[in-house]
Amino acid sequence: MNILLLFVFIPILMIGLLFLTNSMKTIRSIMVAGATALLALSIVLVILFLRERAIDPIAEMLFISSWSWYAPLNISFTVGVDGISVAMLMLSSIIVFTGVFSSWNMNMAKEFFLWYCLLSIGVYGFFITIDLFSMFMFYEVALIPMYLLIGLWGTGKKEYAAMKLTLMLMGGSAFLLVGIIGIFYTSGHVTFNLLEIANNLHIPIEHQRWIFPATFLGFGVLGALFPFHTWSPDGHASAPTAVSMLHAGVLMKLGGYGCFRVAIYLMPEAAHELGWIFLILTGISVVYGAFSAVVQTDLKYINAYSSVSHCGLVLFAILMMNRTAMTGAIMQMLSHGLMTALFFALIGLIYGRTHTRDIREMGGLMKIMPFASVCYVIAGLASLGLPGLSGFVAEMTIFVGSFQNAGVFRTVLTIIACCSIVITAVYILRTVGKILYGPVQNEHHLHLADAAWYEKISTVGLILAIVFMGFYPSGVAEMISNSIIPIIERLAGV
Amino acid sequence: MEYSILIVITPFLLFLFLGLVGGKLKPNVAGLIGTLGMGLCAVLAYTVAFQYFFNVGKIGESWSQIVPFNFVWLKFTDLLHIDLGVLLDPISVMMLVVITTVSLMVHIYSLGYMKGETGFQRYYALLSLFSFSMLGLVVATNIFQMYIFWELVGVSSYSLIGFYYQKPSAVAASKKAFIVTRFADLGFLIGILILSFYTKTFDFASLTANDAELVTTSFAGGTFMGLSLATWALALIFMGGAGKSAMFPLHIWLPDAMEGPTPVSALIHAATMVVAGVFLVARMFPVYFFAAPDVLTMIAYVGAFTALFAAVIAITQTDIKRVLAFSTISQIAYMMVALGVSEYGGHDGLGYMASMFHLFTHAFFKALLFLGAGSVIHAVHSNEMKDMGNLRKYMPITNITFAIACLAIAGIIPFSGFFSKDEILAAAYHNHPAIFWTLWFVAGLTAFYMWRLYYSIFWNGDKKYDGHHKPHESPWTMAVPLVILAVFSIFSGLIPFANFISSDNMPFYTHIDWKVASLSLVVAVTGIFVARMLYRKASTKPAEIAQKMGGLYTASLKKFYMDEVWGWVTKTVVFRYICEPIKWFDRHIIDGSMNGLAWVTQKSSTAIRGLQSGQVQFYTWFFVAGTLVIALLVLFL
Amino acid sequence: MIKLEFYLVISTLMFFIGIFGFITRKSMIAVLISLELVLNAVEINFAAFNRFLFPHQLEGMFFALFGIAITAAETAVALAIIINAYRKLGNININDASKMRG
Repeated sequence: MNILLLFVFIPILMIGLLFLTNSMKTIRSIMVAGATALLALSIVLVILFLRERAIDPIAEMLFISSWSWYAPLNISFTVGVDGISVAMLMLSSIIVFTGVFSSWNMNMAKEFFLWYCLLSIGVYGFFITIDLFSMFMFYEVALIPMYLLIGLWGTGKKEYAAMKLTLMLMGGSAFLLVGIIGIFYTSGHVTFNLLEIANNLHIPIEHQRWIFPATFLGFGVLGALFPFHTWSPDGHASAPTAVSMLHAGVLMKLGGYGCFRVAIYLMPEAAHELGWIFLILTGISVVYGAFSAVVQTDLKYINAYSSVSHCGLVLFAILMMNRTAMTGAIMQMLSHGLMTALFFALIGLIYGRTHTRDIREMGGLMKIMPFASVCYVIAGLASLGLPGLSGFVAEMTIFVGSFQNAGVFRTVLTIIACCSIVITAVYILRTVGKILYGPVQNEHHLHLADAAWYEKISTVGLILAIVFMGFYPSGVAEMISNSIIPIIERLAGV
Repeated sequence: MEYSILIVITPFLLFLFLGLVGGKLKPNVAGLIGTLGMGLCAVLAYTVAFQYFFNVGKIGESWSQIVPFNFVWLKFTDLLHIDLGVLLDPISVMMLVVITTVSLMVHIYSLGYMKGETGFQRYYALLSLFSFSMLGLVVATNIFQMYIFWELVGVSSYSLIGFYYQKPSAVAASKKAFIVTRFADLGFLIGILILSFYTKTFDFASLTANDAELVTTSFAGGTFMGLSLATWALALIFMGGAGKSAMFPLHIWLPDAMEGPTPVSALIHAATMVVAGVFLVARMFPVYFFAAPDVLTMIAYVGAFTALFAAVIAITQTDIKRVLAFSTISQIAYMMVALGVSEYGGHDGLGYMASMFHLFTHAFFKALLFLGAGSVIHAVHSNEMKDMGNLRKYMPITNITFAIACLAIAGIIPFSGFFSKDEILAAAYHNHPAIFWTLWFVAGLTAFYMWRLYYSIFWNGDKKYDGHHKPHESPWTMAVPLVILAVFSIFSGLIPFANFISSDNMPFYTHIDWKVASLSLVVAVTGIFVARMLYRKASTKPAEIAQKMGGLYTASLKKFYMDEVWGWVTKTVVFRYICEPIKWFDRHIIDGSMNGLAWVTQKSSTAIRGLQSGQVQFYTWFFVAGTLVIALLVLFL
Repeated sequence: MIKLEFYLVISTLMFFIGIFGFITRKSMIAVLISLELVLNAVEINFAAFNRFLFPHQLEGMFFALFGIAITAAETAVALAIIINAYRKLGNININDASKMRG
């Protein structure tokens, strides 16, 4: 039994148990137990991984197992992880765990959590598998529940948002499917296994020229690549708290991870040749998202545009194609996942009490709910890159890494991307100043309660993770950086 | 010397402790814990200073750099990594002493000043955070560590300026301070990136070693817009320093930062954080001197202009803390000028030494001025000069200590400011006469506006106060720091600074240049005398003069409209002409095209749905016709 | 000897008459009868081709038989549908049964 399979089996088991019960209390205990088990499992996996890695420092992936699934097309369900996937699994577990606490009082809790578990199956499955076909399947599994979760439990223009989000992401996955089939056939239709394609097979450059854009774009849509990011503000604004958390925190990372693992890893030649086009797009994302966030008035829109900016930085760094920048990209994924989840948890908390997300209608919340407000400030500081919190290490690794590239083009883009740190400060401080500080705007807010214990668990959990990463970045960086060597070698071998 | 790391760690632990459990403690207990912790730091810093300067620091003839503690925190590449460590050399040890002393004074003072405020524990936690960041900054072994702590001081300054977070003006001021300095830090960051790209190191020791050989050799002639890349890198790094040290045109945040509690202004916005920019240039001085002398010249001119500019504004301000804020800008500009005009090695490096000397003395007398101002504000509950006057009768200790500080900043012999200012003027005298005469004039203005301030507060007629709000001398917790700082302000100028601090770490001999000294004394005394004539007694003369000055007076009162200029840039240019169009573009063009795609799909499906008529026979028509067409195509093509 | 062409002519005539009836008649029953004509035309073709082109095999015959059976079943279903349509619509005019339009 491969430990990785547990990541899929536990949520399946949770779904099974949820079917059997109707009482809120049991549902909650199932979810808490399951999420805790997943979190514990991730920690165990990190430890096991580091131990195995110490024994076998050469293998690209560890814990590999394979089950043949559809032999005529050589589709098999193959699992395996390297440092990057382990990090992403850890992130997913943290967010799934905290998300459960953030959706403590959901209507139709049973159905909600059923879809929630299905969503997490998609996410976990995507990160553990190294078979392109299974990867695509899990990707779709993660997308579909999103439609229902937003459409049913959302707020505001939820049907519109759910439709828009699903259609745009489906559009992206159409590109992706074309790309994956292209990879399969042009590499000699032998296997869907990533490692085998990368190491034993070769995709001819003339095919790479169209497959690389297709896959990069396909995943890029999920990574909020400009100009395909508009699903993100509407989708996040309408989604319920835990779904926003999971979506911005983990699902958007599927995009970055996919670009990295599929597009660049399998097609280094095309990445070198065509990377500059996407580099410009991501550069625009970074600055554009930040500028857009400055004038938004809805808290979730601000955060969604800030996600566009931060996720743009992830893709930007991936395309810089050197070890430091790529390490930074993965760290930025972790960091952004944690802090954006924290943001959404807090926004959900505030919205649940004030029933507004318009920053002009709030003020002085620091006085009313000090705990939540302090957490919000911490999230803001992490987002604008305060040393000691996760954002700083990730961004600095990206900037230093990107700057190591020779050539005016990349240098200038890096400098432009650096400018985002100022704009980030502007919108974060504007928001914090408007909603937390100043006199209390609305007297109805005076009697609002501070965070309840379950909300405290979710926010404190995320803050601890952010602080851990901010204080001890070298552990994280090393694990990731070692796993980037194979890809760098492939890129250098071109 | 490994214990020197404790100086940095103690405040951090205090911050964690007070930040996490401080709310559950009684305010007094929390304050006392913070103060005792800071006291411990101060004791440690004095020990380190003593040991360094009198025991281990001097190797042969020169002061050595000791790194008792260093570890790799985050590795970027094999060559580039962020280390965290402690670097002890004359300037960092001096800064340790200054920071811990002023911080301790402020801690003690705040026990009285902040008494009864809500968030007292939070206040002490943030003070500890600030002390930690500032101490970490000065002992940085590499430029990236400095950048890390640079950001941290920025954030603690932000939180402390916005301490009264329910006051909109305080919130606006804290935001402004953070964003302006952040903008400057962007330059700093890019400068670091360029520098490290060529030199492949962040380490100060490697950068400055052997007359900054690494920097001068590794930048292989690259130029950008006519200037060498090294010049660009160092100019950008200076931009960071200019932001923190409030050099024109990035000075606008500092006057507003006075919204914070007064002891905070004393600690952060007078004595320590705002000199970080000076410290940065001093730390990198060999690099500047050998790799980019143009930047040094620029620093000198920027500094001279800022000194004059701020002094002119200080004359007309009526908020006592704002007068002090502009005076701080002006004095920091003095230090910058001193670095700018300095050369390297021995007596040629007089400016470097003078800059550090002035930093040292200024920290004490400016902290004293702020704390004195705080004492006054505490007594009369106002920042405005017009609410004060005749306070010498009510507040004798404050009166005397404030006068001492005013003498020191005016540069009257034998107070500390005289010595340090004299060295700066002497350094400028030979090489840059224009700058010298500017500074000389500014010295006169300084004397004038400081004594205007002094007379307006403590003399200026015999104002009576109602029994209810009768001003009273401050409690001992506030008075003791005033007295201690006054002692420092008097005597700290007597330290033979050149023995300890010099540009090339080799002690040299200085003497007072009496020609320069007498010139500066004359102008200072004139300034004081004019202030005495105008403000000692309540009179209408100042108002008449202001009337005559007309536009110049208004411009100075309005701070030469720099706030308006920046306000225009941010509100109009950034918000209205960048962000709003982008928002519109995003909603209408980008999102519009996505919605447009959906719209086209919907419309075209509506258009073709008519074909689906439900009439079976209609379908059959098409079916048969289609089959026939295909059959014909197959047959005849 | 009856030649293959004769069968084909007959079946083609039947086929197009069936099509013509299918398209023009309004009564569902008539449409159904036209459909039967079409199908029977096809079955004649199967049988004829089998007989003339592959006399030693019987696939065509089988297919024709198979078709007849299917046709019978289909007629039964179609009549059931027509009866239901009559109940619902009150007549068996095929133009009235247009619920499936887009």
